[in-house]
Amino acid sequence: MDTQRDSGDEAKMIASILAGETQLYHELVRPHERSVYLMALSYMKNEADAEDVAQEAFLKAFRALSSFRAESKFGTWLISITLNEARNRLRRKSAAPMQSLDVPPDEEGAVSPALLRDWREVPSEALERSEVKQMIASAVEALPEIYRSVFVLRDVEELSVNETAEALSLSVPAVKVRLHRARMMLQKQLAPQLRTVTATAKRRWFPW
Amino acid sequence: MVIECKHVWNLISGYLDGTLTAEEQEVIQKHLETCEICSAILDSTRNIIVLTADERVFELPAGFSERLHARLAAELGTDGGRGASPP
Ligand SMILES: [Zn+2]
Repeated sequence: MDTQRDSGDEAKMIASILAGETQLYHELVRPHERSVYLMALSYMKNEADAEDVAQEAFLKAFRALSSFRAESKFGTWLISITLNEARNRLRRKSAAPMQSLDVPPDEEGAVSPALLRDWREVPSEALERSEVKQMIASAVEALPEIYRSVFVLRDVEELSVNETAEALSLSVPAVKVRLHRARMMLQKQLAPQLRTVTATAKRRWFPW
Repeated sequence: MVIECKHVWNLISGYLDGTLTAEEQEVIQKHLETCEICSAILDSTRNIIVLTADERVFELPAGFSERLHARLAAELGTDGGRGASPP
């Protein structure tokens, strides 16, 4: 997530903030803006609510800063605050009970991937097309929550498996199982779609 | 040792992350040499992971940072930090 700064620097900044240099909080959170927003977005599924949740999480983290324990990373601590904020917000929003938040996943059922005979690499440039971007974002957002949160932290925000486990209060084996399922679900959903969209793009780009 | 495709699928994630045992790793590599279906599944999965990690897929809304720091400034009683301005 944050490569410029190590947790020792963060610990020092946090100590200074708690000692009264509150303006340093702006600098402390800058490297974490994206990861907090993305976590919120993966829950709220619309930009306005996600931004609101993200702001609220940064404020709550500031107010709770004295309870931050240096044995965890500031980034993972922030993520868990964001997660709580998003879940509370969703609970308040819907009178209906939340969809199986704490129900353990069906660890037995394997996810079968989409079967293909070959795969032609979809280059990153394809993301310049909004329909491709949208297709991928929607597939991630459509994952069941227990898989989505793991996938977003590990594969979108590129936290380590251990950091993901810490942020979500999960065991490392549970993270690995969920990550695997999430990846297979996305492959199943996206591989056929991407293949179609890139095939039609070819024709559009080279009309002869 | 021959392994079934389904068994390979269960190990794809570990294979991509390099967390398999040396023996598992080797067995899969051998299988991939001869199985085009598993190779395509592996390649497409890897490709999809790379695409989802691209910053263009999930972007911060325009002005996100400015609005956040303005709100923080109100809470902190500071001037908003560098470059921040009210929304
Ligand atoms: Zn196979």
